[in-house]
Amino acid sequence: MTDGSMWDTLRRALRLSPELRRGLAVTLLLAVGMTAGRAAVPVAVQRAIDDGLRGPGGPDFGVVAAIGAAGLGVLAVSMLCGYAMMLRLFDVSETALAAVRVKVFRHIHELSVHHVAAQRRGALVARATSDVDQVTSFLQWNGVVLFICAGQTLVTGAVMFFYSWPLALVVLAVFAPVGWVVRACMRNLAAAYGTVRERSAEMLAMVSESVTGADVIRSYDVADRAVGRLDRAVDAHRHASQRASRLTVTAYSVGELATGVALAATAVLGVVLGVAGRLTVGEIAAFLFLVAQFALPAQVAGEMLNGLQNAVAGWRRVLDVLDLPPDVTEHAEAVELPPGPVPVSLRGVGFTYPGGAEPVLREVDLDIAAGSRVAVVGRTGAGKTTLAKLVARLADPSSGRILLAGVPVDRVRLSSLRERVILVPQEGFLFRGTLADNIRFGRPLDYDDVADVLRELGLLDWAARLPEGLDTVVGERGESLSVGERQFVALARAHAAGADLLILDEATSAVDPAAEVRLRTAMAQVAHGRTTITVAHRLATAREADEVIVIDGGRAVQRGHHDELVAVAGSAYAKLHEAWLAGERALA
Amino acid sequence: MRARELIGRGTRLCGHMIRSEPRLFAVSLGGACLVVGLSIGSAFVIGAVVADVVAPMLDRGRVDAGLLAVAAAALLGVSALKVLGIFSRRLGAVHLQQSLQARQRKQIVRKYLSLPPAWHRDNPTGALLSNASSDVDAAASPAGSLAYAIATVFLLAGALTALFAVDWTLGLVGVVVFPGLVTVFAAYSRLVAPRHRRSQAIRAQVTALAHESFDGALTVKVMGREEHQTARFAAQVGELRGTLVSIGRARAWHDPVIDALPQLGTVAVLIVGAWRCEQGALGLSELTTAAFLFALLDMPIRAIGWLLGALPRAVAGAERVDRVLVAPDAPPYGSAEVSGPAELRFARVGVRSLDDVSFRVAPGRVVAVVGQTGAGKSSVAAVAARLLPPESGAVLLGGVDVRELSAAAYARAVAYLPQVPFLFQDSVRANVTLDRPGLDDDAVWQALAVAQADGFVRALPDGLDTTVGERGAALSGGQRQRLALARALAGRPRLLVLDDATSAVDPVVEADILAGLRAAHGPAMLVVATRRPAIALADEVVYLEGGRVAATGTHQELMAGEPGYRELLAAYDRRVAA
Repeated sequence: MTDGSMWDTLRRALRLSPELRRGLAVTLLLAVGMTAGRAAVPVAVQRAIDDGLRGPGGPDFGVVAAIGAAGLGVLAVSMLCGYAMMLRLFDVSETALAAVRVKVFRHIHELSVHHVAAQRRGALVARATSDVDQVTSFLQWNGVVLFICAGQTLVTGAVMFFYSWPLALVVLAVFAPVGWVVRACMRNLAAAYGTVRERSAEMLAMVSESVTGADVIRSYDVADRAVGRLDRAVDAHRHASQRASRLTVTAYSVGELATGVALAATAVLGVVLGVAGRLTVGEIAAFLFLVAQFALPAQVAGEMLNGLQNAVAGWRRVLDVLDLPPDVTEHAEAVELPPGPVPVSLRGVGFTYPGGAEPVLREVDLDIAAGSRVAVVGRTGAGKTTLAKLVARLADPSSGRILLAGVPVDRVRLSSLRERVILVPQEGFLFRGTLADNIRFGRPLDYDDVADVLRELGLLDWAARLPEGLDTVVGERGESLSVGERQFVALARAHAAGADLLILDEATSAVDPAAEVRLRTAMAQVAHGRTTITVAHRLATAREADEVIVIDGGRAVQRGHHDELVAVAGSAYAKLHEAWLAGERALA
Repeated sequence: MRARELIGRGTRLCGHMIRSEPRLFAVSLGGACLVVGLSIGSAFVIGAVVADVVAPMLDRGRVDAGLLAVAAAALLGVSALKVLGIFSRRLGAVHLQQSLQARQRKQIVRKYLSLPPAWHRDNPTGALLSNASSDVDAAASPAGSLAYAIATVFLLAGALTALFAVDWTLGLVGVVVFPGLVTVFAAYSRLVAPRHRRSQAIRAQVTALAHESFDGALTVKVMGREEHQTARFAAQVGELRGTLVSIGRARAWHDPVIDALPQLGTVAVLIVGAWRCEQGALGLSELTTAAFLFALLDMPIRAIGWLLGALPRAVAGAERVDRVLVAPDAPPYGSAEVSGPAELRFARVGVRSLDDVSFRVAPGRVVAVVGQTGAGKSSVAAVAARLLPPESGAVLLGGVDVRELSAAAYARAVAYLPQVPFLFQDSVRANVTLDRPGLDDDAVWQALAVAQADGFVRALPDGLDTTVGERGAALSGGQRQRLALARALAGRPRLLVLDDATSAVDPVVEADILAGLRAAHGPAMLVVATRRPAIALADEVVYLEGGRVAATGTHQELMAGEPGYRELLAAYDRRVAA
């Protein structure tokens, strides 16, 4: 890490959290007051020796007591300053960083679904949690120490110059090479701690794998293998940490050795100057105290540096996430989607994933009438899901336009879009909580409303058979329910939200055929005027649809009613239909 | 928690650290003793230098080069020895801390792997990750200053003795200041320990919420619930902030007081010492030594502060780790081997969602489990895969209760493919073999071919060596499913349990996979199915209704005699027949 990029990160961080500047002047003043107390003891020692103990009339208790009382006073003020400073520091930093956590959390939800899916989940979570923790822990621990040390060096340096500038210069000359060595160490340390952070991320990935893959590990009886992978990652992390610690201790030791040299130089030169009448015994004694305090920052620099680099690296990761532009932004003159049924039009729509070589969709033109039921079919990887995501504006097309009720989709206010257009993905993701909580996720509903939604969809009997009915706890990601059951809940959730355009992306792939047909009929009956786009690779849905759109190689190659499309021998649809029919007919 | 209780638990925690790495602790303690001893020594050296070297020379107005050189050499020598002490103290301590962390992380993950699947379902992933990371780190954090603090305690006694040796009144100053530190800490820990425990708990909640919310990012987005999720997150973050600030309020008075105590001691020594000097009971050298003693003990005494300050968090972290470590393991398996033909038999099996389920899968036969969504099909598969223990009844493999079979024997005999496949962040090859013995590349390709995965694997940039990303994120759902199937097939199991394994692939690929399975000829199969193509694979069908077996027989028999089954299967038929 170069200094430039470090300062750059800190500048960006301050721009992000202007709260950190709030009352900074007062906090700094208090910090100066706190560090000023550090000089009180050496000065008191000097005055006590010179004026009280070696005074002309022999040891004088009264003088020392007065000096001591003054010293105690200064210490008390410095303690109060320290108290007030830390109080402000904690309040300001925790408040500012709580705001950063929330900003990051909100921003990650703004990012494209594609991006979020490609990231390690743990890494994203870290942006809003442990990365920010590193910043706060630096501000409150290492940062405080660093600040005190820096203040201490300045104060003791100033007092040294006050007592004797030649001696002060000698001490500085002794520490100058230390600064240089520590700087050199810092570069190695930066690399070493960088490795530690990488290994730590790998290690956490292995831990996470052992937790999320526990079932597979158990059923294949490969715990030994999982443990081996984990052990290697843990040991690699430990070795990297040990290397970094060795470098830190080396930097610390250089500071300690320099302190010894400076003490010896002070004694020798102090005597020379003292004999020449330019220093008193008390001043030399005070100087020895000052040297010990002056050296502290050099000694702790290594540790502080680690904290600083962790904080800067954490901060940079946080800032980098915030710098990622959201894929979908609201237009300045965005409008509400006109009320009523929603027709959909695509005009020359193409889409290429960022970094992807081949377009996933090319030149798609479509018109879907308001209130119609359309099936989008095609082979795996043909571009069906991408099409669904573009219509729901989870991403914007690379070329062409999409119109909802005549309004370009990127001109629709996002809140209006999300209320009126709902996509149900295949995964059927559920949140921890009860069945009822999940169904009212999109819109507040009371208990009876939830039951009504399930009744409308013919799912109430199913829900009643669950151990606690609507109050059944679904577990993490809904894993207490089977995949098909999760899809029931996801459909009910979308249905409850009352969208005018519903996009089902393989949303019933794991439910039984009878339930699938039942759900389709029920949804068609209760939602008059709702436009429904169903992405499916099973053709039962397509047969019932008002219109079928066949996607092949990113193009809409066929469209029309099922019966018309099947009739075109050798067409993409005819082939799909044949494969599907063969499966269905495999049972007599 | 009372300070006494905290110190009790903290002491046990530290005792455990020492016992588990005695050698590293000894190195660290030796170094720490050297450092603290030299701190006391250097106070005497400096006292002597000021009083016996500097003052006389200044008084006489003449430099004695020889004596001065001795003084300088003494100061340098102390410093050099101190470096030695620092190296062994710090490296010993850091290595101790890191090896404790490593050991505990290994231990907790091993524990995760031995806990029953039900336990995993009850504990959010985010919380388990925070147990293995920040809680382990917190529990090991006292190791960094443990030896230093212990050495300091030993040597505080030495310093007190030294003070008393110099002068009894100065000794009394020490008697007031040093225990003062402990009193300050006791008050502090009483205040801060519950707050630390609270902050660790809220932290885990915040992590779990973020984890879940990002996991379900697509759902959050399509339902337009970003604001709602952010509000929930902000509320928890606000709570965390409040707790952390309240910890800060306690630290704000604790830290300056602990910092100032040695300095207050120095000033007190000056005042008391001056009074004794006036009485003629004390000289300049002794007074300087005593004053310097307090100043130099500043750092070591802070080590006690660090240790005591780290204890509340450490104890809270250790408690959270222990909660995992004491959770009851999954019931141990027996040691029996699968002998004879591997017939799978469910004998009156009951779990939460199944009631009195009995059927058999004869060697080499294919049995489909069919039923409505929610009828209990996936539970049958999970019980067969030994992931869900029967609450009543038993599952027998080759006539032996599966609880009696060893883990290795069962895994060799039975392969399970869940509805949602899990891939490791590793190469394609490793995901198929899982390092099971005897699986060379030929075997891998063969399994990939049956699973219809050879085509796309060949097209991957590095073929078998391609890494698939976290949980296989680099692959599509259908590709993940096929790779997981290849993994199941590669071990040449005698029984294959497939839980709706072809729901994520299109009908063309599905037909190819099923054809491959039919041609594989080897294993018996228990297939959870909702659709005809997969049912067509079966010799026999077990039809479930509401968690009970409604009928068993061939497809034709059930179509003829079981209205529920006929209705389920005929849902698509109205036009298929046409």
